[in-house]
Amino acid sequence: MMRHLLSTADLSRDDALLILDTAEQLAQVSGRSIKKLPTLRGRTVVNLFFEDSTRTRISFEAAAKRLSADVINFSAKGSSVSKGESLKDTALTLQAMGADAVVIRHGASGAPHRLANWVDGSVVNAGDGTHEHPTQALLDAFTMRRRLGDLDGRRVTIVGDVLHSRVARSNVHLLHTLGAEVTLVAPPTLLPVAMGDWPCEVSYDFDAVLSKSDVVMMLRVQHERMNASYFPSAREYSRRYGLDPERLGRMPEEAIVMHPGPMNRGMEIAAEVADCARSTIVEQVTNGVTVRMAVLYLLLSGSEPAIGGNQ
Amino acid sequence: MTYLLKGARVLGGEPKDILLKAGYIAEIGAPGEVDGTGAGHIDASGLIALPGLVDLHTHLREPGREDAETVESGTAAAALGGFTAVHAMANTSPVADTAGVVEQVWRLGQEAGHCDVQPVGAVTSGLAGRQLAELGAMADSAARVRVFSDDGVCVSDAVLMRRALEYVKAFDGVVAQHAQEPRLTEGAQMNEGAVSGRLGLTGWPAVAEEAIIARDCLLAAHVGSRLHICHVSTAGSVEIIRWAKSKGWDVTAEVTPHHLLLTDAFAEDSPTGPYNPIYKVNPPLRTRADVVALREALADGTIDCVATDHAPHPVEDKETEWPAAAMGMIGLETALSVVQEAMVETGLLDWAGVADRMSARPARIGRLDGHGGPLKPGAPANLTLLDPATRWAVDPGGFASKSRNTPYQGMTLPGRVVATFLRGRPTVLEGKLT
Repeated sequence: MMRHLLSTADLSRDDALLILDTAEQLAQVSGRSIKKLPTLRGRTVVNLFFEDSTRTRISFEAAAKRLSADVINFSAKGSSVSKGESLKDTALTLQAMGADAVVIRHGASGAPHRLANWVDGSVVNAGDGTHEHPTQALLDAFTMRRRLGDLDGRRVTIVGDVLHSRVARSNVHLLHTLGAEVTLVAPPTLLPVAMGDWPCEVSYDFDAVLSKSDVVMMLRVQHERMNASYFPSAREYSRRYGLDPERLGRMPEEAIVMHPGPMNRGMEIAAEVADCARSTIVEQVTNGVTVRMAVLYLLLSGSEPAIGGNQ
Repeated sequence: MTYLLKGARVLGGEPKDILLKAGYIAEIGAPGEVDGTGAGHIDASGLIALPGLVDLHTHLREPGREDAETVESGTAAAALGGFTAVHAMANTSPVADTAGVVEQVWRLGQEAGHCDVQPVGAVTSGLAGRQLAELGAMADSAARVRVFSDDGVCVSDAVLMRRALEYVKAFDGVVAQHAQEPRLTEGAQMNEGAVSGRLGLTGWPAVAEEAIIARDCLLAAHVGSRLHICHVSTAGSVEIIRWAKSKGWDVTAEVTPHHLLLTDAFAEDSPTGPYNPIYKVNPPLRTRADVVALREALADGTIDCVATDHAPHPVEDKETEWPAAAMGMIGLETALSVVQEAMVETGLLDWAGVADRMSARPARIGRLDGHGGPLKPGAPANLTLLDPATRWAVDPGGFASKSRNTPYQGMTLPGRVVATFLRGRPTVLEGKLT
């Protein structure tokens, strides 16, 4: 297992399967009345969040605490960072405090890669700019596996603002590694200009790929895109690229609906679709804790068994 | 002071002895046939003699950012790189947009004495792009400004650009444009292409450079003025410039050493990992196809000259996450080596070609008297001696520049400057400042 989790592109198929299988083991613990394992006792995990993301932060916090790690939450607001401290100085501070792992969320693409140069501990990318969000992709793959089984040959359609989406980038790499066939769907304005070497298909036409999808994953559309001429209006976007009950009806019967959250109900996804039985949105949150436990466990305790013999 | 340079290969030709006397080249003759009595003898066997290099595009950072570079340190770096004249860009603090500031920079250069400093004047007051700076006052000042540029910022307003081009005709000036359409490059971090898409960094599309170059060539033709284009970085720009020159329009262009050697792939894959902003520069590093087109354009003269765009930044402005980092890289002390690597060792330019692109043409564009060669008796003794056979590992620790932001650290490059003479006086001997 590697030292950091910066990008899903760095994961081999064996790495990815090890994380997912470990998560499967750990999921059993989540079902118990006492959810805590002693595995990371005495280890320190720092949640270093330069962007507000309560959902992701508490998911990592819960994951670390269930493994008995000490958790320090470092939020940029109101800290030395807002007084102009550089990422490097923050890194050196965490290093001096003996952080075994740093979970970083940052608005700048590549910030976790830079951080990894300056700390000895493991760095986990919890979302960097418009680059990647590896644990989101892992929890998505975990959720798909639980619903659909093996991902080899499964057709996954990801719809929305691919240009600015860290979720899309991480999912494309990971799902390709796991053998799934990925199609990205977006208006041309929300796709990078040169995607020839991405291991996926690209389409501008949602309806054309709907019936050929085992998974439809909707991405959040940020409000700021609406004022920057990426598309004419929220209404038009919703008509062309939103998942409404009518489109849901044209998906294969077993196909599932996913969304990394937070959702814009009525924009990229209709409320009825978000709440229907084929939607995995709430499961994704549950699975997020489990998958992050697996990641922290594998980065910090290497080859020891995840669940000791003393259960 | 009198010097006899023994056995130097002038522009890479047969060995000659060169006598420098009273600031001028007194005599060039076959080895042993020049009388060097009383002169300091310098063994120049195996060394190439080039006219002192002229840089059209240097950021000396003084006044305002003396933590990054000073006129003293920047010109020392220039001399070590073989330069005898540099054009100091106007984006200082305060901006070089008045006669007072350009004269200050010019005087600092004279006091430093490592090379001539020719200030560039801002086109618009405060580089703000709203009204013309007092171009005539700068032209008439002791600094004799002829090159005007808002470099770092594009003069994007078409009317203002037209007026600037027209106005400088009165004193044979030239507007050096930083071609970057601002709306197309809001928040831009690197070349827009496959790599930016993968890295999730906001793209700087080639069209944002090319659209401005096309517009400005047409404007220059319309008003019959001189246009110079800074740091051309794309294959498309080369085609537009080639077309403008074919019309007979007075358009010149420069390319930086880094755009001749490096590509945007370094942002993703470098010896120091991805996202190292040491490779962040404006305009950004482009693709291999662009590098090939730029080299060919420099070889065939479509691009007139090499200019360093030496852009010093302190360590803390580069040891950051990519989007937070300053744009730019230093280049004075590596320029000639990079050109040797990219142009000479590839067979695209011979040493006479290097002298033309790094000395004669930039001096002519800048209307810089006394620089640019040729190396012949009676000419001012501005020249540099290069050992083309040495290869050296770039270590910025040994640079004279106050900044260390070189993208070539750890690379092995060919060619080292052994000596530089400014009007017959050595500024560099045995590879060291005198």
